Amino acid sequence: MSADNHTALRLDQTFIASMIPEGARVLDLGCGDGALLAVLVRTRNVTGYGLEIDTDKVIACVGAGVNVIQTDLDDGLQTFDDHSFDVVILSQTLQAVKFPDRLLSEMVRVGGEGIVTFNNYGHWRYRLQMLMGHVPVGGPRMGHWFDNSNIHMCTVADFEALCADRGIEVLQRSALDGAPGGSLATRYLPNLFTEGAVYRIRRRRS
Amino acid sequence: MPETLPKDSVGLVAAQTAHFDRPLTLDCGRTLAHYDLVYETYGTLNAERSNAILVCHALSGDHHAAGFHSLDDRKPGWWDNAIGPGKPLDTDRFFVVCPNNLGGCAGSTGPGSIDPGTGQPFGPDFPIVTVKDWVESQARLADQLEITQWAAVIGGSLGGMQAMQWAIDFPSRLRHALVIAAAPKLSTQNIAFNEVARQAIRSDSDFYEGRYFEHDAIPARGLALARMLGHITYLSDDVLNAKFGRERRSDSKGFGYEVEFQIESYLRYQGQAFVSRFDANSYLLMTKTLDYFDPAQEYGDDLTAALRQTLAEFLVVSFSSDWRFAPSRSREIVRSLIECDRPVSYAEIESEQGHDSFLLPIRQYHRVLGNYMRRVEASIPATGSRP
Repeated sequence: MSADNHTALRLDQTFIASMIPEGARVLDLGCGDGALLAVLVRTRNVTGYGLEIDTDKVIACVGAGVNVIQTDLDDGLQTFDDHSFDVVILSQTLQAVKFPDRLLSEMVRVGGEGIVTFNNYGHWRYRLQMLMGHVPVGGPRMGHWFDNSNIHMCTVADFEALCADRGIEVLQRSALDGAPGGSLATRYLPNLFTEGAVYRIRRRRS
Repeated sequence: MPETLPKDSVGLVAAQTAHFDRPLTLDCGRTLAHYDLVYETYGTLNAERSNAILVCHALSGDHHAAGFHSLDDRKPGWWDNAIGPGKPLDTDRFFVVCPNNLGGCAGSTGPGSIDPGTGQPFGPDFPIVTVKDWVESQARLADQLEITQWAAVIGGSLGGMQAMQWAIDFPSRLRHALVIAAAPKLSTQNIAFNEVARQAIRSDSDFYEGRYFEHDAIPARGLALARMLGHITYLSDDVLNAKFGRERRSDSKGFGYEVEFQIESYLRYQGQAFVSRFDANSYLLMTKTLDYFDPAQEYGDDLTAALRQTLAEFLVVSFSSDWRFAPSRSREIVRSLIECDRPVSYAEIESEQGHDSFLLPIRQYHRVLGNYMRRVEASIPATGSRP
């Protein structure tokens, strides 16, 4: 299929790809041009759908052979039944939705497991930028503070507090930049040293 | 009139007629002993007969989807912007078949045809056909063309409903279904509009209970009214506003009922133009076909159960300003397909043109179609391995 025109994956996407079991049923929220799903379909035999709001990206997904459903994540995931996916992915999108708390709850309702990646705004570099008097935007890809779509930036500490409050269990926290188990710094002072955060979450079982 | 044909046109085309002698029992219980389907084809059928796509027309469409019948034609076929060399339905890659549906008035057997039983035109006695009947008749056309499996079945509006019905009724005879600006069934409001259109025709004094041809008459006013009403519902408030606003033909008010506002003039023109090319009995029949469409009914009113029959991959497309078949109606189809785990993609195209968008060369729409058709092409079985 035309999905063979390999698009380079972002670092967090490569990381996510390594966490997806063979043959899983996957839902990718904010799937962009479908690069991650295309790779997962090709290398891990997954099935599933990407959700994307932007028409040009939807068109790219269709071209990449990815099943994409044009959706506004702010409308929730009511199209999807409970536990209808093995894994629900939310990569670099949490900060751009209107209701991150609701979306996280929806993720663990629809999927057996969720994978969330975001920029940790508690990282020392961002803190330093703030100290220098500038709002951090999270890297050159993100544009400026006035023209990017980030409306709900959070830190590792914020995220974990929200999960605890909403009955969401954190199965694993990783730092994109660190070793598999995390460097010493990201393990002991995660909020200060994790730049790209990756979480595996699920609904807490009582 | 095109002096020369555009490079990306399928060029001069001619309709063909397929005759069928095997009786066709219809949903209504009645039987057509013989019937004809006229159709056009564009492009070349490959040796494996695996690159054929079926284009299904909507309410007032016909088999002339692309190209010109003669150099004197003022306009090409109704979907010429999408069918041709290098266009989304690329005739360098695909063999496109577009039939006129039973009950129509462009050459296939319909109310205007002679009833072999009486030697007179069927007129109002022509049986009301359903989308399911159309699909059955199209399957027989496919048999005659020796096409065992369509690479894709494609349609907008009522045409999209046929694509959906194809996937449900003949799961293994198509690899892809493209369902554009459609709905799983009509809403109450849709049926209400259709009923007003029917009443406009039926209350015309020239209607003669559908036997107007015996009186050398046509219910022109009623049919024009029906079309005027339809036309309003196919466009959006915004586009009407942008096109005509409250513009009048002259600055002074006439204080009467002659045409004053530009929209009045436009609608009257649309109505009259329609009368010259469409038959009132066919229009009545097709609106009824629309009203009856409800593939879920056979499956306990469960759309998901109906779509669970399908094996095809789906592309569903809707348009933001289409209030006749709104995006929410397309999402019902998508939702059911997801529920039964079918491969489906869905695009909601930003457009101000209302329901008519599906006929227009909107850039993002055509890019979705083009990209999806490359997938369709990639799924054509390799040479030598017939499906």
